[in-house]
Amino acid sequence: MKPMNNLSTRVNNVMSEKKKALSFFVTAGFPTLEITVPLVVELAKAGADVIELGIPFSDPVADGPIIQASSEIALRNGITLNKTLEMARQIRQQSDVPLVFMGYANPIFSMGLENFLSSCHAIGIDGVIIPDLPLEESEEYRMLAKQNNVSTIFLAAPTTSNERLKLLDEASTGFLYCVSVTGVTGERQQISIQAKEFLTRARTCVKNNPLFVGFGISTPEDAQQIAQYADGIIIGSALVKILQNAPLRQAVSDAVTFVKSIRKALAS
Amino acid sequence: MNNSLPDSTGHFGKYGGRFVPETLMSALFELETAYASIKSDERFQSQFNSLLKNYVGRPTPLYYAGRLSKKFGKGKIYLKREDLCHTGAHKINNTVGQILLAKQIGKSRIIAETGAGQHGVATATVAAMMGLECIVYMGTEDMQRQEINVTRMQLLGAEVRPVASGSGTLKDAINEALRDWVTNVRNTFYVIGSVVGPHPYPMMVRDFQSIIGKEAKQQILDIEGRLPSYLVACVGGGSNSIGLFYDFLDDAQVKIIGVEAAGHGIETGRHAATLTAGKPGALHGSFSYILQDEDGQIIPAHSISAGLDYPGVGPEHSYLKDSGRVQYVSVTDDEALKAGFELTRLEGILPALESSHALAYLETLMPNIKTDDIVILNLSGRGEKDLPTIVRSYTNV
Repeated sequence: MKPMNNLSTRVNNVMSEKKKALSFFVTAGFPTLEITVPLVVELAKAGADVIELGIPFSDPVADGPIIQASSEIALRNGITLNKTLEMARQIRQQSDVPLVFMGYANPIFSMGLENFLSSCHAIGIDGVIIPDLPLEESEEYRMLAKQNNVSTIFLAAPTTSNERLKLLDEASTGFLYCVSVTGVTGERQQISIQAKEFLTRARTCVKNNPLFVGFGISTPEDAQQIAQYADGIIIGSALVKILQNAPLRQAVSDAVTFVKSIRKALAS
Repeated sequence: MNNSLPDSTGHFGKYGGRFVPETLMSALFELETAYASIKSDERFQSQFNSLLKNYVGRPTPLYYAGRLSKKFGKGKIYLKREDLCHTGAHKINNTVGQILLAKQIGKSRIIAETGAGQHGVATATVAAMMGLECIVYMGTEDMQRQEINVTRMQLLGAEVRPVASGSGTLKDAINEALRDWVTNVRNTFYVIGSVVGPHPYPMMVRDFQSIIGKEAKQQILDIEGRLPSYLVACVGGGSNSIGLFYDFLDDAQVKIIGVEAAGHGIETGRHAATLTAGKPGALHGSFSYILQDEDGQIIPAHSISAGLDYPGVGPEHSYLKDSGRVQYVSVTDDEALKAGFELTRLEGILPALESSHALAYLETLMPNIKTDDIVILNLSGRGEKDLPTIVRSYTNV
């Protein structure tokens, strides 16, 4: 086994209690700059095992309309990578929930990989997901992340070959992010048969990491159905949509209610 | 030496590469393999060359612009007439190649992005000729200023999908095309219109466009018996320019100049001069110069020419800039309009606003050249599509 950092330890703890891990994505600075810190703290209390804090980018090609819109609003609110790091610092003061950054390559390159990853380490960020940085471009990133004890979480897709799944497993620490379908983030009518086939196949190739599945999971029923095939569930757009639709003063409590409903569905 | 780039991982020095979601990686590997196999496939190459000749209308003439040359009092200006290609611009050279390749690997659905609409029209045209379904993503802002091309694409049977997100221009159309591709990757071929995007696109599009420079070199040797002193071409994404430049890169005596769009002026911040005023970063699948703010967010570009209105540039251009082989300069909207108008009156050729940028740089270049210098300028497209914009500006010129 590889040496564990916080994220691996915590994910393994959840799994050893025979629970499915639950990860939620929120866009930093959406719907307001002020809400992000208390929102994350409350979601952790409500049963989120991992929080993915999205670093907004002007051109998010892997995202569907909901997360695109939230990124645009967050940028209009004045979010920056430095402010996102500051939010993470404040969250860390109030909660020990595993915290993962999810952000596109360019803002991170702009800050500098080394600068970014050493900041992550200083704050106590557990892992990083960069959806447009595939394995082939990741050498420096993986080296610096390892030096800073930050997990590198890679994505795997239904189009990923078995051979490549093994390489992604080698390069990932914490968990492997399995994309349920070929497509962008966002809600779908139903989780397809494609997802089940893919996860079954991934299970045979991936030996080092737990499998987390994301993209298109939006209801307690979806979560229940897909959880049989994975170790963890990732929900993003459905939560962001709740934040989008709720009156501001009610946003945190609506989000908490949603997280609890998913937690409950997975407990039964 | 330049012929060896990109390297096996798709890099031109530190530029290029593949910065895309994992879902697309298998498609990029498949494309890379397929492209490598057709390079030496005689059947493919003869089909491609026959279409370039009989459908596109190649070779395009190298025209000595006597009245334009005379205006400057020294030097000879030759125009490489890509505006005479079928559909009115160089874009179709690449489209023919990529759609042939799509057929070869059994993809039935074609998607493309377009800025000025020239690449969209070229893609819709070749898709019609080969009987393939075609969807073109186009920014809503561009749809307004290039209305004629929208109608043309629809007549050709393509579906034009408006993209209202972001600035509603080429950058956003590419985002949306990439999202479509991620979703429909199994049956879809993404025909990228410039030397941008993830490996192998910058290499493949360059190779398909390099016919421009190959012809020009042969033509100038036939006419003048010597190589030109200067090459001049406009640079947005950079496909017409790399197409002209590529065969001359190893000819050290040929000075090469790429002309970017300075929009309202570099100092106003409203421009599209990526190599002049941008810095390296990752956008649309490759590492290259891009227009970005201090937080790494992309800054929308501005140019009167929709085809140059893009905050990125092909990675090979970034490499050629850093190596010093190509000099990159910029001209403003007004300078381009004026130069296009002038060519129309002097030579009876109405150039596209994109190509007008290359023409405008002659004002700076020509006074400084030697009497017997030869300049080849790539006239990448014709100006009919720009008539509404040109007419609107006519009174100000």
